[in-house]
Amino acid sequence: MKEFRASVKKEFLHIFRDKRTILIVMIMPVVQIILFGFAVSTEVNNARVAVCGDMSDPQIRRATERMDENKYLEITAILSSPGEITDLFRKNGADAAVCFSRNFGSRIPDGRASVRIIGDGSDPNTARMITSYISGVLQDTAADIDISVSGEKQSSMTPVVQLMYNPAMKSSYNFVPGVMGLILMLICSMMTAVSIVREKETGTLELLLVSPVRPLWVIMSKLIPYLLLSAFNFATILLLSHYVMEVPVNGSLALLSLAATLFVIASLAIGLLVSVISSSQRTAMLICGMGLTMPTMIFSGIIFPCESMPLALQWFSDIIPAKWFIILVKKIMIQGDGFTAILKELGILAGMAAALLAFSIKSFRTRLQ
Amino acid sequence: MNTEYAIRIRNLVKKFGDFTAVDNITFDVRKGEIFGFLGANGAGKTTAMRILCGLSRPTSGSGTVAGFDICREQEKIKRNIGYMSQKFSLYPDLTVRENIRLFGGIYGLKDREIKEKTERMLDMLEMKDAGGRFAAELPLGWKQKLSFSIALVHSPRIIFLDEPTGGVDPETRRRFWELIYDTAGNGTTVFVTTHYMDEAEYCDRVSIMVDGRIDAMDSPAGLKERFAARSMDEVFRIVAGKAVREE
Repeated sequence: MKEFRASVKKEFLHIFRDKRTILIVMIMPVVQIILFGFAVSTEVNNARVAVCGDMSDPQIRRATERMDENKYLEITAILSSPGEITDLFRKNGADAAVCFSRNFGSRIPDGRASVRIIGDGSDPNTARMITSYISGVLQDTAADIDISVSGEKQSSMTPVVQLMYNPAMKSSYNFVPGVMGLILMLICSMMTAVSIVREKETGTLELLLVSPVRPLWVIMSKLIPYLLLSAFNFATILLLSHYVMEVPVNGSLALLSLAATLFVIASLAIGLLVSVISSSQRTAMLICGMGLTMPTMIFSGIIFPCESMPLALQWFSDIIPAKWFIILVKKIMIQGDGFTAILKELGILAGMAAALLAFSIKSFRTRLQ
Repeated sequence: MNTEYAIRIRNLVKKFGDFTAVDNITFDVRKGEIFGFLGANGAGKTTAMRILCGLSRPTSGSGTVAGFDICREQEKIKRNIGYMSQKFSLYPDLTVRENIRLFGGIYGLKDREIKEKTERMLDMLEMKDAGGRFAAELPLGWKQKLSFSIALVHSPRIIFLDEPTGGVDPETRRRFWELIYDTAGNGTTVFVTTHYMDEAEYCDRVSIMVDGRIDAMDSPAGLKERFAARSMDEVFRIVAGKAVREE
């Protein structure tokens, strides 16, 4: 045990002596959260909307005012002919346009009044968001107009959409679990792999192995410091996302920590595995940076929903530990699920962690022989 | 434990698939002896040494190191040997004192023992003032002396030196060998591999490995006589020249 303590202590000295490591561990989570939070936000604020229609028509004026009052939309241009819309889009003067038909107000009673919403399809995600905001506003207006024209609500069915857990549709609810997964994964695997490969390069690993410290403990002394560091990272991200991004923690913190620990163990094991196959620190960094980050970004559901992938890729996404961790974080943090509700995902993640750890330790030891 | 021999190896074989890295070698090393283990690159030296250090298991054959079985008692072997590798074997980002403390700790020394040994070691190496310096900043000669002393921190019965003097000038090498002599004089067995044939002259006995076999083993004087050579360099060229294996 004393032998083990000595080597863990040494690992911490390495970490605190290396400015690069400290920088990555301390700064990266903060930068990522801030970056994703403010710059990469998928929410639409102050979308510029151009309106094309006859402003002497009171119904059109009413609808236009309604749109302008909406905090996501801003009326920036009033056009008199639809031909100007293309021009405006080309000059990047508007994000969307609303085009009311001729004689809009007078056609309402016979149901022939029509309105077109034109989005900028070169950015489909944003276009979809903006057009859905606009159509929401117009639907409300339409209901009012119905009442004012005929004295009663005409359309028999008006769907009311309510988003559970995230009524304001904040994108931070999606990216915070994602970034959490990404950072823990990256730090754990990269740091572990690099620190082991560095000892391989300098030849000091041999000194540890020829010492009476058992190989298993040599490995453990490499993993444990990074386990503790990731606990620190996890806390940082959680505090930032709660107090800066205002993401709620609805479920139990203990469960969340359990999920994080399992995920960290899986990531450490991946790092160990990377250290077995890479011969230089640069290779290890490249494998972790590109080889692990890209699949994690793409297949864990952070950016693209797994449900819309082809079946084969969905299966592939199932073997990415980050996917399950992110699902767990969403369920615990945002939906506030309890232990029984997340048993399946927790089980899968625990299984993955155990299998990866066993496999990586085995291949590490085989490699030494 | 046999009182006379530090290492006894019988018919040691190590195969990697079809490739026989170590081909049936047998030898003894006496206690307190300086044993030179020579051979060209790829002759199987490193593989054999890894087995002796308990890092790898032989395919067949038997033997004892420091009285412990090389197949079954690897943990005990590790406790009783010291090892210094050809590569620089200190942690460059730790200070001299931290390096000593680390290896003291890894070999299970008590804190008080480590403190005493640290002071004694720094005294002996005349590095009292360098205790707080990072190992990376030390001149190469100092680093080698320090890693040698650290390899001896737990007073092992045998010390394995894997090309310990690579890359230093002859004068530093000569002074390093004075340290080796002192150590052997205290009863520690020294098992050393080297590329430098002038160093082979300093050994009590040398063995020369060719293609996984030990083709010659005797004192330097005995070998020179047998091969009618003036220097160990010549002996080595005659013996190792017979190699058929590619490097």
